[in-house]
Amino acid sequence: MNIQPGIVILWIFFGVLPIVGFLLGLRAPAMRRQVPLVLAFLAGIIPILSIYIPKVFLADPDIGMSPRLDKYLIIVAGFALPLGIVNVIQNSSRRAARREKGWPYSVVLLFGLFVTGALGIYGAVTGEGIGFRQDGTSTPFKWIEDNAFRPLQATIFALLAVFMASAAFRAFRARNTEATILLIAGVLVMMGRVPLLEFLTAPFPGLQPAAAQGSRTLGLLTEWIMNVPNSAAQAGIIIGAALGAAAMAIRVILGIERSYLGLEKGE
Amino acid sequence: MRFAAALVLFALCHAAAIPGAAQPGTPIPPAGDLPVPTAFLAKDRPGDGGKAVLLTWKDPAGVPAGVSFEVRRSEPPAYEWTTLSTVPAGTERYVDATTDDAKVYRYELRAVAAGAEPSTAASDTATAPTDTTAAADTTAAGATATPATPTGPAVVSDPVRSHDNWFRSERTNSFIAAVLFTALVLGSIQMARSGKPLFIRRIAGLNAVDEAIGRATELGRKVIYVPGIQSVSDIQTIASLAILGHVARASARYGTDLDCPNRDPFTFVSARETVRAAYLAEGRPDLFREEMVNYVTYDQFAYTAAVSGRMVRERPAANFLIGHFFAESLILAETGQSTGAIQIAGTADPSQLPFFVAACDYTLIGEELYAAGAYLSREPVLLGSIRGQDIGKALLLLFGLVGIVAATLGNNWFATVLRTQ
Repeated sequence: MNIQPGIVILWIFFGVLPIVGFLLGLRAPAMRRQVPLVLAFLAGIIPILSIYIPKVFLADPDIGMSPRLDKYLIIVAGFALPLGIVNVIQNSSRRAARREKGWPYSVVLLFGLFVTGALGIYGAVTGEGIGFRQDGTSTPFKWIEDNAFRPLQATIFALLAVFMASAAFRAFRARNTEATILLIAGVLVMMGRVPLLEFLTAPFPGLQPAAAQGSRTLGLLTEWIMNVPNSAAQAGIIIGAALGAAAMAIRVILGIERSYLGLEKGE
Repeated sequence: MRFAAALVLFALCHAAAIPGAAQPGTPIPPAGDLPVPTAFLAKDRPGDGGKAVLLTWKDPAGVPAGVSFEVRRSEPPAYEWTTLSTVPAGTERYVDATTDDAKVYRYELRAVAAGAEPSTAASDTATAPTDTTAAADTTAAGATATPATPTGPAVVSDPVRSHDNWFRSERTNSFIAAVLFTALVLGSIQMARSGKPLFIRRIAGLNAVDEAIGRATELGRKVIYVPGIQSVSDIQTIASLAILGHVARASARYGTDLDCPNRDPFTFVSARETVRAAYLAEGRPDLFREEMVNYVTYDQFAYTAAVSGRMVRERPAANFLIGHFFAESLILAETGQSTGAIQIAGTADPSQLPFFVAACDYTLIGEELYAAGAYLSREPVLLGSIRGQDIGKALLLLFGLVGIVAATLGNNWFATVLRTQ
């Protein structure tokens, strides 16, 4: 039997240690706080070590500790999903039962959840298929997805265009110097991205060459705005954010930052 | 007759068009005149996770035009030579990334004239070679007796086995930078522990947190906190949960209703524990309700629709949109804006920042998001790490400026040193 050292270490860290911590926590409540911090340290330090140490037990894509930790995350998230579904059912049922404000929405939600879920489970259990039957025809589950779910999704996404216009209207009001610069840059980029001059001069063929030249110039200006000042500002934000993320990671790994666990210093 | 002439012409043109094919008029050197590569060395490729052997050699002086080098490998138990590749002169290195760490290999290198066909394993059955000197040919009679194409004498490597290594040498620069940055942060934390006062610049968005929750309390309305739509494996979500802890504490202190809808089930579980612990820490576990932190759906736009609907129906006095967002950022921010709520947003994603800046009252930009937990706690130890981060940024800026000046003057040392793999 081939025992992989990386898997054994992971089992000790994330299988045995939490159980021991839980059992000790029954007698010493302080352990309940310390064990999550130790686990956070181990879960944070293993991927970092795998970046610099290419040992098979640590970094191998199949049996290495770091890639395996990612797989564990997917499994744990899979177990978390039923918790979410139970929470949806509990909250919506309570809202509907108490006739709280907006309770009909909860009824619609529960109806959709149970009907769609039941059809999906039926297709999986009977072997008919969740999306398509053996003969290639759509199942009722797929019909609901195509005719109700996807159009609703597209509707919400389409709202983005409306909100973009309203946000642009507010952002582009020239209230101060910065807003005015933003307005000018925004208008130039918009004009550079669409053949506006050609469209406006379409009724006047004599003006077409000048319009084409103007569009080319605007295009070059747009490219410059996007590639130079815009890229420089973005790079500044990205560098700052990367350093901030690194500092945050150090704080979390070393247990200095605990507020994400609801703990303060010394707890 | 004309057809036959056309066929011959076509064949000649075709032969001329094949790269590496023998060119009419280019003399092919006889096998004995082909040069022997020197300093042929096979070793485990350093700094990798195994499964690769690095071959290096020196081209002999005066390699005739069109000569390339054939790399062959033999492995136990049969020790049959298998051609791996033919590399052009001047390359002087080859990586065999198809090795098995459990096997010992030998490699052979020899010059091949233009037009030579690579040898096949079937015709070259080798005995296990015993020395590394240039031999006439270590292969069996099939390859040497009547060579169909001119190949030079072969050099054979020592036995070699690939293995995994303890350090990825090509990442030395990033390792030094990481150690230096960690030392800066920890040094600053130590300095803060010693009681030395630290200056931390004011972050307007974070100062407004208490103001927003206070306003919600006065109006008797709830506070909505959206922790982004990513899982807790995303560092932005962890930063958001740290801020959620402070918002929940303030809500517990003021007795304000908090609503935290979640898209990711993992984030949902973590957020619930964060809020529960915050209410406990404030001594108000009686105010905590399970439904404060609730799960909505895993679908991005269904989640957006649900949260937007709550904003419109329940009219929260304050909205916190803090974490990792995608296309839903503007929909949520504009909906909240239309309801008149105070909005505090924060993300490190540059593509979503303009939307939040346009639609929210305060926006935590990039690094401010990560500094927020430390800033809100006002703990000297946590604030010390922000100082370390700022010193790191200043050093990086300085290094970048010096590098730009050096590159402008034609010195590419900085670009080489900073290149990461």
